[in-house]
Amino acid sequence: MPGLAIEREVVIEAPQEVVWRIITEPDQMSLWFADRVDLVVEPGAHGYMSFGDQGGPVVVEAVDPPARFSFRWNHPRGEDPVAGNSMLVEFNLTPEGQERTRLRVSESGHELRDWPHAEKQRYADEHQEGWAEFLDRLASVLAERQPG
Amino acid sequence: MTAQADDELWSAIGDPSRRRVLDLLVSNGEISASWLAGRVPFSRQAVSKHLVVLEQAGLVSRRKQGREVLYRVEAARLDQATQAMADVAAQWDRRLAAIKRLAEAAHAEANKKP
Repeated sequence: MPGLAIEREVVIEAPQEVVWRIITEPDQMSLWFADRVDLVVEPGAHGYMSFGDQGGPVVVEAVDPPARFSFRWNHPRGEDPVAGNSMLVEFNLTPEGQERTRLRVSESGHELRDWPHAEKQRYADEHQEGWAEFLDRLASVLAERQPG
Repeated sequence: MTAQADDELWSAIGDPSRRRVLDLLVSNGEISASWLAGRVPFSRQAVSKHLVVLEQAGLVSRRKQGREVLYRVEAARLDQATQAMADVAAQWDRRLAAIKRLAEAAHAEANKKP
């Protein structure tokens, strides 16, 4: 996907079902993610995650055990989280043999907000590089232009 | 939460058209909106709209010269943007590492039982 997406992955020496449980069970989620997770893992479910004295609402998007789980967060208060006003976090689990799982996570959002489709498409076609490469390149160009 | 504080940055840089505008600003120094509009495949109004968003995010500043308004990139803010994105990525790396630890421990525990 062109645009703003962070993608990370890890290979885990455990079966897909075990990884799935760690990712989707709220008491497990509180061990690796938020301090407190109030969430029913069902499509469309609204929940809440606390990080210390901060926190925010979360809405579950896709639940496809044991392969895919996604939710949206960081949307403005009082609005329903949809593409354009929130960040989408997606987990993809791929088995690699009996006891090994590749876990991929991506966080994306906000891109192409409020722009006509034709324009988005043209730009998506023309400008395939992701934000990370883009920022790296801009930063190096700037560094060259501004010594010290 | 992760990106809330940098919402405007994400929004500003997330759009490929705006990245194109930023790109032209970085490579050409101080330029006007009409100069930009001649080099992108979208309207002058769209260019203005992008510049407003970039300016709100602090990535671009402007000054008046005669009858023209010139725009340029704010290097410090751009650095900050790069850092913010790197931070989010690092946060996910930490979370994935924790998931790996938990899953492997749970699996080892299950294997121990007869």
